[in-house]
Parts: sequence; structure tokens; C-alpha cells
Amino acid sequence: MGTTQSGILGGRLPLADYETNFSDLHPALDRHEALVASDRCYFCHDAPCMTACPTSIDIPLFIRQISTGNPIGSAKTIFDQNILGGMCARVCPTETLCEQACVRNTAEERPVEIGRLQRYATDIAMKENKQFYARAASSGQRVAVVGAGPAGLACAHRLAIKGHEVVIYDAREKSGGLNEYGIAAYKSVDDFAQSEVDYVLSIGGIEVRHGQALGRDFSLADLSEQYDAVFLGLGLAGVNALRIEGENAEGVDDAVDFIAALRQSKTKADIAVGRRIVVLGGGMTAIDAAVQAKLLGAEEVTICYRRGKEHMNASEFEQDLAASKGVTIRHWLQPKRIALKDDKVAGIELEYTTLVDGKLTATGETGIIAADQIFKAIGQTFEASGLGSLAFEGGRIVVDAEGKTSLANVWAGGDCVVGGEDLTVSAVANGRDAAEAINRAFAAAMPQASAVA
Amino acid sequence: MADLRNNFVGIKSPNPFWLASAPPTDKAYNVERAFKAGWGGVVWKTLGEEGPPVVNVNGPRYGAIWGADRRLLGLNNIELITDRDLYVNLREMKQVKMNWPDRALIASIMVPCEEEAWKAILPLVEETGADGIELNFGCPHGMSERGMGAAVGQVPEYIEMVVRWCKQYTRMPVITKLTPNITDVRKPARAAKAGGTDAVSLINTINSIVSVDLDNFAPNPTVGGKGTHGGYCGPAVKPIALNMVAEIARDPETYGLPISGIGGITTWRDAAEFLVLGAGNVQVCTAAMTYGFKIVQEMISGLSDWMDAKGHRNLDDITGRAVQNVTDWQYLNLNYIAKAKIDQDSCIKCGRCHIACEDTSHQAITQFVNGVRHFEVMEDECVGCNLCVNVCPVENCITMEELPAGSMDQRTGKPVDPNYANWTTHPNNPMARQAAE
Repeated sequence: MGTTQSGILGGRLPLADYETNFSDLHPALDRHEALVASDRCYFCHDAPCMTACPTSIDIPLFIRQISTGNPIGSAKTIFDQNILGGMCARVCPTETLCEQACVRNTAEERPVEIGRLQRYATDIAMKENKQFYARAASSGQRVAVVGAGPAGLACAHRLAIKGHEVVIYDAREKSGGLNEYGIAAYKSVDDFAQSEVDYVLSIGGIEVRHGQALGRDFSLADLSEQYDAVFLGLGLAGVNALRIEGENAEGVDDAVDFIAALRQSKTKADIAVGRRIVVLGGGMTAIDAAVQAKLLGAEEVTICYRRGKEHMNASEFEQDLAASKGVTIRHWLQPKRIALKDDKVAGIELEYTTLVDGKLTATGETGIIAADQIFKAIGQTFEASGLGSLAFEGGRIVVDAEGKTSLANVWAGGDCVVGGEDLTVSAVANGRDAAEAINRAFAAAMPQASAVA
Repeated sequence: MADLRNNFVGIKSPNPFWLASAPPTDKAYNVERAFKAGWGGVVWKTLGEEGPPVVNVNGPRYGAIWGADRRLLGLNNIELITDRDLYVNLREMKQVKMNWPDRALIASIMVPCEEEAWKAILPLVEETGADGIELNFGCPHGMSERGMGAAVGQVPEYIEMVVRWCKQYTRMPVITKLTPNITDVRKPARAAKAGGTDAVSLINTINSIVSVDLDNFAPNPTVGGKGTHGGYCGPAVKPIALNMVAEIARDPETYGLPISGIGGITTWRDAAEFLVLGAGNVQVCTAAMTYGFKIVQEMISGLSDWMDAKGHRNLDDITGRAVQNVTDWQYLNLNYIAKAKIDQDSCIKCGRCHIACEDTSHQAITQFVNGVRHFEVMEDECVGCNLCVNVCPVENCITMEELPAGSMDQRTGKPVDPNYANWTTHPNNPMARQAAE
């Protein structure tokens, strides 16, 4: 028997329930399922799904390769564009990317299951440890990559292919970035993020130094001095504050910390969670926190978002997922005050909002939702130091089309740059493209070979 | 309700759907089940001469090709004629015919190409009460190596000779089953007619290697490491069968000769196509082997409903109705002009029409219009080939629209000529016959 006792507690559920609740959200397709699913692809010309994919994976080709019994060839098609294709197959909001673009939607409102097919092919190749890429002969060039997340790993892998030597610096204990610390547990079971890191790094020529934080242990200037090029693939370390009364009380927590702790927990039973929970925010982080809180045995979980359903960053699929797990989503409510009892969270006072001439405006009407835990998921900020005179805009690094920053020999990509999309797949695209740009820059700087008569 | 009762060379059945001579009709158990399911008749699996029966391989006997979702499109088999004792078969046939007097029961026969052999078996078959016989001159594998089946069917003189014997030694109607493994199917049909056959049935299976096991470098089905060519059947062979049926139906020498249509019939629509091309009834095998006997219910209701919808009262109303519209290429109207038209409301923007036209045909379909993904036929390039219609995944999204006489064909810059004109009189034809003044 579990418990619905109030307070923030672990072990709310019988042990077996944790395993069930945190099992694979979309179980892997078996061979037959994959063949049936792949048969539905029309092999479109200049396929809309491919255009919709930030990494431009040749989706019709990889699906055709599955349908013709060549999952290994299929995996190579995927990895050629996206070396983290395995994780993207699990976490991409396909319903707003490739699968939204699938022409099957037009006729049947049911797209080809591109994400699950991608997972099918990449799983097979990774299980067989099929390595498609080898390092080119050493170029003698050295590149520092800051951040072992999707952007950094994709960049490092592509640089390694080109024969450059890469050192990745990461502040955390493990590589993977958000893939390891920032994704709902049921989307990455069986320690997949670490398996993927191992798979990517096995190309060789990439050294990862953990526990190395920019601004604390080294500066950008240090790297620029020691390396021929630098790629900044940092994540967003800061969390937006509520700026309301009671924010610092016990029971008010950052959703990202909760999500990270869940990922690092083997059993999940040790993760304490409230009985009644309010999650503030409207993005994927809010959904991931709310759903997992519910799965940990919270009795009541309510997401409060200050705008309407149509403004939520979380996809329709994610909203439905939350609803199916028993999470209530309420709109047009913004936090006004955390209500405390004995210095602990007892509830939250919220104020209704509306749009007045397109501007979010409080209506003055308020209400209280009882809660013993509040999760903040109202956005993250790029907090970094040690970047010297690097140009910023709106708190993010300014880059050009190929990821080059304002400083010589420094590139950047992923969440830390202006226009960063908060998507694993976009970070991969940024890292990969920056690696190509770095490689081109190296080639351009090489002395022209003179013809031998 | 359309009347589906069938009278084929005097053999009556409640509907025109017979099971072809094949594994599904090898014994009473199966045939009883078929009749319970509603089949109008069966052609019992081919009987051989008296004595020790043939033996079959004990490994795989079938191979297949598949379409999407593993839908079986073509089947190939290396099974021989019945491997049961002749008298067991005859006894069961007699019993089944007694149990089901309203259904057609035909005996398929294959014995050596000797008069005595045919003379010996025919009275035995007649004694069962069977409604007719079908001469198996088609089986392309195994039996043909022994001078039977297709080995006979490929020599018109043999066909004529054997048919003549059969007509001489039995009162039963004779249906001659033809092999498609020849160059011109009209020749064996003419020979069968010359021998006095009451009807022909076609096609038998087509020589084929259905696939190759790439791990063992051997044809499928592989029996102990080796394979052989087998007989190909199923939906994939229907177009070949339809053409052969039509060729016989429109041949002046065999015109009016009853035809039992066989070859890939899977739905009522397939059956109707055979009927209108001149078949008096149809025989089915692979569809039953794929889905079971129940499919006949779809065939019966589909054919009946279509006939009702079109006002056709009985099978005579439809049999052979399309034969007059099968002609030689040289008589097709070269002044008929059609253009593809894409219905933008049903277009799903897959781009298949564009790439097919762009890469392999006439560069007549746009991919972008004003920078937006948009597929539209450029009439000034479209020759009306129909490829886009065929590759489009959405039925009726692309249609071929006839240009009315007098309207401008943007491709040629000439108005559409209202007059019929074919190749025989075309100025580019060196053999052109001057049109009568």
C-alpha cells in the first residue's frame, strides 16, 4: 500500500509501482511492428518531414531501408545527420516536427511513426555497437568544447571524424547534459543517455573532463589560448525566479532539480514528493515535473499557467499525456503569493489573468490552491561567467548562421545561443554545423599546397 | 437482386465462382467446407492415372512475394497433382456430388499423352457423377518433365489430339485448361477448339522463380539446398491472365468459345473484369489459400451489388461486354487527348507525381508555385501518360481529363480534332493506308 499522507515524502508507492510507472513511455517497436509502420511511408519527394527535422535526417530513405530489411543502413542514414539520433528518437516532440509534417496527416490524421522507427533502427545499430565512422588522420588541430550535452557531443563527434583532437569540459559528473539530467525518466530508460555517450565517444580522439566549470575552473580566454578553436555548448544553469512572497520557503522547488534527481535515482522511491502539488509553467519542464510527481504517488497535481492553452510551449501530445496521468492543467492563472504554515508551503494564491490589447493583465480576482509542494518551471536562464568580451543579446550568445561568435575561433550552439530552441535535436544540428564551420576555418587557414612540377 | 446463377457449357452452379483445381480441392474435407462457405463449384485437384500416386516434396512447396503490410501479391508453388490414390479421390468425389447436387463438380485430369490412358480413366470419372472434366495441360513444374501438363499444352497438335480422345470417350463436357507459358495463347485455344473442346480455362500458373535465398544462394522455396521453378499465381498474374482471356475472346477463330477465367482473382471486381472480357465464369485459388473460403461471400455480394447498381440482371448481361473494346494499338484514336488534373483539395503533397514526371517522364508537374510546395500539371508539357495517376497514393486525387474537341491542346498548340484518326492513316506511318476519300 502507498500513502497519501501530507508533506513531502518518498516511498509513497509500493516498490513495484515505481517500475511500472517509470517504464518506457513508448516501448520499442519489434521487427514486425517496424515493418508494418515503415510500410506506411510514401517515400515522398523532397519530403516535408525531412524539411521539418532540424537535423534534416533523410527520413524517407531511412524508413525505406527499414522496410527492406536493412536497419543497419537505416541507422547510418540517421547518424550521418544526427549522431544523437537515438535520443532524439525518444525525446523529440515529433508531433510538432517530422510527424506533424507527414503527408499521412492530410489524408488520415495519422502520421507515419517516424520517431519510433528511428528508435528501432538506431537501437539495433547501437546494440550491435556498429560504428559507422572512423577518425581521419590526425590534423594536429585541437578544439575545446564546453558542455558535454547534445550540442557539445555532436560537435565533438563531427570534429573527431575530421581528425581534430577534442577536449570536452563539463561541470557535471556525467556527460550528456540535459539528455542525462533534464528529460523525464520514462523517456530514457535503461541508462540510455550514458550508453549513447559511450557510443558517440567510441570514435576516439575525444577526451571528456568532468567537474570543470567555465568561470570557476577555467575561462574562455584560457581555452582560446590553449586550443585552435573553441565551441561553447553550455546549457541554461539559471532558473527564473517567481519574485513573490514565500518563494524561499521549504517546499518551493525548481522543477529542473526535481527532474535531474529523478534521473539519477535508481528506484525513484527515494525521491520525495508532496501530496498536493502545484507546478508553475507551461513548457515541457512543467509537464515532465507534473507527470513524474503524479507517477511518484502525489495525490493532486495541478499545472498553473499564466496564459491560455494555445500559448503553452508544451506540445499537445505532452498536454494530453499529462491529462492521461491525472494532472490537471489550469490556464490564465499567475502566482501571487505562497501561503505558508509553520514556515512550510501550505498553498499558493493565484490571480486570474487575461489579455488586454494583447498584453497579459491581472484581473484582480484571486484564489488559493492547497499544496504542500510548489515546482517552479517558468523558464531557465543562461548564467555563465568567464566568457570575457563575448557578445550577448537578451542574455544569450550572439552567433552567425554557422555558429560563429563575436570572438575569433569561438563558436557556440544549443540553448546558450540567441534563437536556441530548447530542443535536443536543434542543439545537435548547431553542434554538427559548428564543427563543419570549424573544419572549414581550419582548412582555409592552411597554407595553400603548391603543385609539384 | 441480380441473378448470379451460372450455366457454363451446360454445367449449372448457383454462382460463377468455382475453386480451381489446386490444393484447396484435393479432398472431400476441403471441398465440403468450400461448399458450406458458398462456392458455386470446384474443380477437383488433378487426378493422375491408376497405380501408385505421385509424390510431393516434403519441404516447402510455396514461395511468395508481398506488398505493403505483407499483403500477398504473388504465390509460387511446386506441388504436383494429387498424391492420393485415384480410387480414394473418385469415391470422395461421388459422395460430395451426392451431398451437393446443386454445385458444380469438375474433375481435373492429367494422364500420359496416350489414348489408352485417357480411355481408361474417363469412365471411372464419369461414374462419380462429376459434371465435367478439365484437361490439365498447364502444370508448368514437375509433371511437365514427364511429358504431361504444360509439355502437352505447349504443343497445339497434342492438345487437339487429346481433346479429340476425350470427346470420343466421354459424354461429359470437356474444358481444356491452357498454359500461359507459350508465346501466343490463341494457338493452343484454336487447337482445343479444333479438337472439339466445349470450353477453355486459363490461365494455369506461370513459370517462375519467386525469390532467391541470398544466404544460401538458392531459389525459394528451397528444398534441401536447391530449388526449382514453380507455378506463379495470385494477384500479380491477373493482368497476364486478363490479356490472354481477351485474346481468345476476340480471336475470330475462337470467338464464342466458352472461357473459364482464372488468374489472380481476389475480389468481386477482379471476377467482374474477367467476365466482361469474355469469361463465362471464374476459378479462384490463391485468394482462398490466402484468406480462407469465406472470401467467396465478399465476391458474391460485391458482384451482385455492382450488377444491381448498374442494372445488369444476370451474367449473360455482362459476359463479354468489354471484348469489343479490346483492340490493336494501331486502331486507338490518336486525336483523343487527355491531360492530368490534380485535385488540390485531396492532394496530400507527397510529391510523388512530381518526381515521377520530373525524373522519368515529361517534366509536366510543378513542385513549387510562387515558392510554395504545390503540385500542378503544366498542360503545355503533359502528354497525358497517366503515370502520375498511377503513382499517386490517394485514389482519384489525380484524374485524366479529356480535352473536348475544338479546345486548344497547349502542348501542341493545335485545337483538338473531333475526328477519329489512328496510326494506320497517320502521315508518319510509312505503311499508312490512304483514308478513303
